[in-house]
Amino acid sequence: MYVAVKGGETAILNSHELLAAARRGDEGVPEISPAQIREQMRLGVARVMSEGALYDEELAALALKQAAGDQVEAIFLLRAYRTTLPRFGYSLPVDSGRMNIRRRISAAFKDLPGGQVLGPTYDYTQRLLDFSLHAPAACKLPPCADEPLPAAMPRVADLLGHEGLMEAELPPAGDPAPGDLSREPLRFPADRATRLQNLARGDEGFLLAMGYSTQRGYANSHPFAGEIRMGEVALEIVPEELGFPIAIGEITLTECQMINQFAGSSTVPPQFTRGYGLAFGEAERKAMAMALVDRALRAAELGEEVVAPAQQPEFVLSHSDNVEASGFVQHLKLPHYVDFQSELELLRKMRKRHEGRKKVSVTEGNPLFGTGGKAHTEIAVGENA
Amino acid sequence: MNTVAGYNFAYLDEQTKRMIRRALLKAVAIPGYQVPFGSREMPLPYGWGTGGIQVTASILGRSDVLKVIDQGSDDTTNAVNIRRFFAQTAGVATTDSTGEASIIQTRHRIPEKPLGEHQIMVYQVPLPEPLGRLEPREAVTRKLHALADYGLMHVKLYEDIARYGHIASTYDYPVLVNGRYLMAPSPIPKFDNPKLHMNPALQLFGAGREKRVYAIPPYTRVESLDFEDHPFSVQRWDEPCALCGTADSFLDEVVLDDAGGRMFVCSDSDYCKTRQGAGHTGSQSPIPAEAT
Repeated sequence: MYVAVKGGETAILNSHELLAAARRGDEGVPEISPAQIREQMRLGVARVMSEGALYDEELAALALKQAAGDQVEAIFLLRAYRTTLPRFGYSLPVDSGRMNIRRRISAAFKDLPGGQVLGPTYDYTQRLLDFSLHAPAACKLPPCADEPLPAAMPRVADLLGHEGLMEAELPPAGDPAPGDLSREPLRFPADRATRLQNLARGDEGFLLAMGYSTQRGYANSHPFAGEIRMGEVALEIVPEELGFPIAIGEITLTECQMINQFAGSSTVPPQFTRGYGLAFGEAERKAMAMALVDRALRAAELGEEVVAPAQQPEFVLSHSDNVEASGFVQHLKLPHYVDFQSELELLRKMRKRHEGRKKVSVTEGNPLFGTGGKAHTEIAVGENA
Repeated sequence: MNTVAGYNFAYLDEQTKRMIRRALLKAVAIPGYQVPFGSREMPLPYGWGTGGIQVTASILGRSDVLKVIDQGSDDTTNAVNIRRFFAQTAGVATTDSTGEASIIQTRHRIPEKPLGEHQIMVYQVPLPEPLGRLEPREAVTRKLHALADYGLMHVKLYEDIARYGHIASTYDYPVLVNGRYLMAPSPIPKFDNPKLHMNPALQLFGAGREKRVYAIPPYTRVESLDFEDHPFSVQRWDEPCALCGTADSFLDEVVLDDAGGRMFVCSDSDYCKTRQGAGHTGSQSPIPAEAT
């Protein structure tokens, strides 16, 4: 006799315990702490903060520990927590021109005011596994430069702007307050501020592939890494009771300004256009990919032909969020007995019909050239019988 | 009341719940119309019922009795998980009984037992746009809805008939609500579509990932699309439920062995259990002790 499966609740609770044990691993190995993750896995932490849309290194590190290192799961944990947080207000726009720079490079100019600042980067390392890292080792800081960097570093794009070679970055007409994607649903057509918000939260792998596709001919954006800068910026708010801005802390940002060719139009002379990328923490790959995709998504606005996926806002923006994508792809694990039963029934019906048609074709001696109206009538009769 | 410390009643904060209720009121006012809302990240994954959970959270009161089903059953893992979520965050009473519930959150089924005016159905919706498979661009489908231009869907159904001899949709079968808006009923089998029509219960639909809610107010006309010469029909089975003997419920096929052995049982576990309790039997029913 068949007995319906019961006891789902106990099974779920047991699976939670198995999960906790699997996360801990061999208890002979010391347990990792969120502080260790925060300090020694900082790039992983940065990605969780960016795509989790919450700047909190402690919580991002905790999420990574809880997710056993699974970035997308950690991002999901942080997002779900973020929803529950009250809103005190909005910060003033951060000024990346006043960034306390730790890295700043331009691929467009050999030298420029403020200079090229390499900072901590994997770019110029040889990717040889360093077996000495098996053991703890002390590390030393390089000597300081003779003079400090200037407090305000001009952005490369602005240097070109003085000549009119670079499109001006102007607020849209009327300077409307940007929407807030975490409060309002994404609607189409989406303005650039909304698109950038979406991309900033978007999955790094997805943006990387999308940006890459524009380089390989699916859209043609002729990009130059005009400038990439990384460092700390002050976050300011204007409390209502004070009426003037106060700094509430600083955050680490990576910003990328891509410079792209633009042939011009009947009203606009030929000039360079911009693609913009911004991410929490040290996240150059993300910021660059985002800048490529941002520029590609401006195709319609700049009167370019929309021919590739990366230029289609609905395609890019609706599929960039890894919390949404991961949930929906994996929901296929949920039971679908009812739909499947319906499909089974349909398939059996269609096969029966197919079988009937084959028989008729054989009796008519004309299997290749269709069955004609008469045969169809016979099938219908056969099916009803 | 045992609720999780640090979280508001039913998880969402009151402002968010109010925002969702506003969207729901609009949805009720325009039956079948998809209302965008500021869907939140929930502690369950997108695609696993976040829309339904947000709708339930926003309408749930302390005196409500909640039933959660998935595939018609109260015991599937996701139904268990969502019921646990509300038991923990809201401390409300939960039930398996369709009759006792004031709110029924569902995935993929409508209970067999007819609903009453005191009840609210909350549907989990994966893809709210009925035209989405035919036209993926939302900017375009919105215009088609505004113009009530549903030719695309009629052509699709016609092509099904031309190719297969019948309409080849078996679940999430498109309906026209109140004679105006084309609506995706969520992936319920078309067997359940007639229950949408003139239902005394309020029916709310939540799509979390797609950030839309929509509604069918009580006693609203809901027609499944069809043609005069190809009228809408529902699935029928050749045999009754093997446990309760009913011939008019949706049946799941259960594989018994690897030699083609099959049996059919009610997908609605509460309906089946209630019938068995009332003495109905089927071909695979346990033999009562006194009869042996």
